[in-house]
Amino acid sequence: MILWLIFGVMTLAAVFAVCWPLASRRKYVSSGTDVEVYRDQLDEIGRDESAGLIGSVEAEAARVEVSRRLIAAAESAKSASAAPAPSAAGSYRWATLMAAVLVLPLGASIIYLSLGSPNFVPVTMNAARDGSALPAGIEKTVAEVEAYLKNNPANGRGWEVLAPVYLRLGRFDDAVEARRKALELLGPNAARLGDLGEAIVLASNGVVTPEAKSLFERASATDANDVMAEYYLGLSAKQEGRRDEALKRWTALVSKAREGAPWLPLVKNALARIDDKAPTFAAPPSKAAIAQPSAGVTGPAGTSAPAVMTAPPGPNASQVAAAAQMAPAERNEMIEGMVSRLAQRMAENGSDVDGWLRLIRAYSVLGEREKALSAAANARAALAGNDDNLRRIGELAKELGLEG
Amino acid sequence: MIPELGHYALVLALALALIQSWSPAMGARKGDLALMKLADSTALAQFAFVAVAFAALTYCYVTSDFSVANVYENSHSQMPLIYKFTSVWGNHEGSMLLWVLILALFGALVAWFGVNLPATLKANVLAVQSWVASAFYLFILLTSNPFRRLAELPAEGRDLNPILQDFGLAVHPPMLYLGYVGFSMAFSFAVAALIEGHIDAAWARWVRPWTLLAWICLTLGIAMGSYWAYYELGWGGWWFWDPVENASLMPWLAGTALLHSAVVMEKRNSLKVWTILLAILTFSLSLIGTFLVRSGVLTSVHTFSNDPARGLFILVILMVFIGGSLALFAWRAPRLKQGGLFAPISRESALVFNNLFLATACATVFVGTLYPLLLEALTGDKISVGPPFFNLTFGPLFVPLLVAVPFGPLLAWKRGDLYGVAQRLLVACAVAMLGLATTFAFEGTKAVLAPFGIGLAFFVMAGAITDMVERIDLRSLSIETIGRRAAGLPRSAWGTTVAHFALGVTLLGIVCGTTWSSERIVALKPTQTVSLSGYDLSFDGMVTKEGSNYRETAAHFTVRTGGTVIGVMEPSKRVFPSRDGMSTTEAALLTRGVSQLYLSLGDSNADGSIALRLYYKPFVLLIWLGAVVMALGGALSLSDRRLRIGAPRPAARVMPQPAE
Repeated sequence: MILWLIFGVMTLAAVFAVCWPLASRRKYVSSGTDVEVYRDQLDEIGRDESAGLIGSVEAEAARVEVSRRLIAAAESAKSASAAPAPSAAGSYRWATLMAAVLVLPLGASIIYLSLGSPNFVPVTMNAARDGSALPAGIEKTVAEVEAYLKNNPANGRGWEVLAPVYLRLGRFDDAVEARRKALELLGPNAARLGDLGEAIVLASNGVVTPEAKSLFERASATDANDVMAEYYLGLSAKQEGRRDEALKRWTALVSKAREGAPWLPLVKNALARIDDKAPTFAAPPSKAAIAQPSAGVTGPAGTSAPAVMTAPPGPNASQVAAAAQMAPAERNEMIEGMVSRLAQRMAENGSDVDGWLRLIRAYSVLGEREKALSAAANARAALAGNDDNLRRIGELAKELGLEG
Repeated sequence: MIPELGHYALVLALALALIQSWSPAMGARKGDLALMKLADSTALAQFAFVAVAFAALTYCYVTSDFSVANVYENSHSQMPLIYKFTSVWGNHEGSMLLWVLILALFGALVAWFGVNLPATLKANVLAVQSWVASAFYLFILLTSNPFRRLAELPAEGRDLNPILQDFGLAVHPPMLYLGYVGFSMAFSFAVAALIEGHIDAAWARWVRPWTLLAWICLTLGIAMGSYWAYYELGWGGWWFWDPVENASLMPWLAGTALLHSAVVMEKRNSLKVWTILLAILTFSLSLIGTFLVRSGVLTSVHTFSNDPARGLFILVILMVFIGGSLALFAWRAPRLKQGGLFAPISRESALVFNNLFLATACATVFVGTLYPLLLEALTGDKISVGPPFFNLTFGPLFVPLLVAVPFGPLLAWKRGDLYGVAQRLLVACAVAMLGLATTFAFEGTKAVLAPFGIGLAFFVMAGAITDMVERIDLRSLSIETIGRRAAGLPRSAWGTTVAHFALGVTLLGIVCGTTWSSERIVALKPTQTVSLSGYDLSFDGMVTKEGSNYRETAAHFTVRTGGTVIGVMEPSKRVFPSRDGMSTTEAALLTRGVSQLYLSLGDSNADGSIALRLYYKPFVLLIWLGAVVMALGGALSLSDRRLRIGAPRPAARVMPQPAE
């Protein structure tokens, strides 16, 4: 409401800036004339002459030149003042007034409403994720546990239980402290080392800090098969620009994984995006994160804007923004529209393997298994002869559970 | 709420600009004072609204409001505060907003200070200024909107491009834009004069200070950019003939020519048509300079983002403004009256000579920059026009110009005495010969061109002083006389001397820096030592530091000369995790007088050694020092009272001020 009020005041100010000069009855506007300038030029010739910058003969000639202009200017100034004052250009004034009073507010509103987002309420990703899943009254429980731990600070198990709740509440710094204490009290093992590292990463906005990295290294040394440590060491490598190392670590993780491991899609997604310049969201392969898949990383249908997020080279940010602002029905329509355009494009030109991959994935995410299967079949037909591409189609089909 | 306010303010600025581009021009045609007067209040209001928009965007950056897509893409909550400010214009959308902010500021200045301009001229100038502004508001709103929102609030931003996280970004773009946009004033005045069909005598008096101001800013902006590239890109070069650098050099060359021809026009009413053409060309080149980078035809450090729709929009803007104004020129210029006469040997002719060579040099750069692009667009062949082309063409064009520089200010107006001037320059000539001979004696034939370069630099410097020495009567050796005369000289004369002298200083820096620069590329292990040009650098070991949003690995060096420690150098590499390990090289510089030791880190090897580039650059600082002094000369000239007649001054009282 306040926003609209301010918009109104701003519009009024703009209209006023146009109307005010039109309303003023002044007949005279201060303005310079050439006469002064020519006088000054005459003075300057004198100065230049005394400084030796112009010969005396030339100075005289220059004086004549300037004087001639001076006289002409003075005469035209006199005739201008003798002439009747110019009449107001009535029709132009009316047009300007109309433009200011009608076209300006209307046009500005139309342009602004089509470009701006006046009713914009941002959705915090974390809030959407956490709020729904946490039972009511959790803050109270946390406060009780905190009070208990204050009196019994040596209860390592208590800290260990409290830490994930802190993470879910977004209290990352507290989570780091809790896990640090748990590690201190209960002694190091791969899981505790990794948990602390993860909390540090989350607290530093997804950056694997040197401290976190050394924790993961210790975890990995304790248990070479620790998934979390491997994932974060890969992320650390990626963040430090060692892409090959990240690729190696993550590929190894995937190849070692048993079928259907809950963290598998996350690592695969990280692998798929390894060349993205955008930062990888640091959603960890821990229990907390797997239970609440973040919208940014991987999402089964139902989280916001699913298809666009899972298809790597998806639509641009503004389309995503638009999609998220729409009502669910409209959003599905828009997403389906994009998918059908893609399908049409693939039907016309089937040589683009990435397009096929995107299409199959999109169908699968939208829950249209039949279409996904037929798209996979079409893709195989269109790409026949290129083993590498066929293999990629096969892999995706397997990953999405379309076959075998 | 704040970003939406900024967004709406920008829309209102567009609406006002559209009204301002039509009504005052009609008022000027019909002689309706109220309609002409309208331009003043709309120009001021326009500036106020753009300022609100800019402030809103700045607020979003400082508070890290990632719901604004532009902030999310170019900022990071952990970034130091100064970079939160500078990243406002460290991206395409924000820099366009800065561009229109400066444009609106200049419009407002004309409205506010232009009380003694002829009313019709002022109305037309502001209308033309508004045409340009409208095009750019539309461009921003439709293709580069900085206020676009993200539906889902990201937890963290994507950080500013690490190369731009530097103090240089705080100075370089605003200076450059002040320069580019400043030339829009000359353009608006030129087009307004063409529309009116005659040039008022006040025209040059107005155009000169604006051009001077723009030129000063552009000079500083280019110098800053060059120094930034020198220390940030890590290989010690200070000018690369990169298309984008050339794009800023072209308006500078044309602007320098404009500055000189405006003097003739102001004093003698000559060269009117040519000055108008130069004003149009200079701003056209500024437009090309701003937009060549963004249209997607060029890729370099400066490219923010490419987008076909944007490229097309830009091409249309460029065609309309450049093509339109040149067509108007072709149609109206023949009606302009010619002014005062002058002999072939005169101050006027010297300035024409200067203009011809500057314009030709500018054309050379233009061809060298755009020909490869054109060729690629037409035939698909990729050719690269590099430093050899520019050194072979630009250099020879500048030599006669530099030789002529000392002659210009010594020649009299209307009819000069070349022989007399040559006699007065004998001392300067002797100084030049001495420089040439000394260099030759020390260096022999190792560097053939260097002695001549140094001789020329000395000639320019000594020649610039010659005039002053005579005019303040230095040889009288009476402090009283000298002081009285020096104070009596117009500041514009001092400006000329200082700027011309600085030209020699820059030339000296360029010649010395390129001829005697020495370089070593080595791989060092800790405790080892490397020597270059009498400096010994011992490698003490690596240090790791944690910055606010980066991690830094620095190599610590102790620098000794002849056994005494004179300083430490810590070249480093910074890795930015939020940009997925993008890294920047931070070269270490050790300044000795005006010379510099330059040390930059390479990759570390498997055996624990680290690759290093070490340069010794004698007199290299003179290059930028010269540019700064040159700008200072411009500022001196700008402060000359007499230039302000009919020029920015708050009160309406016009009194010719005798300065001597």
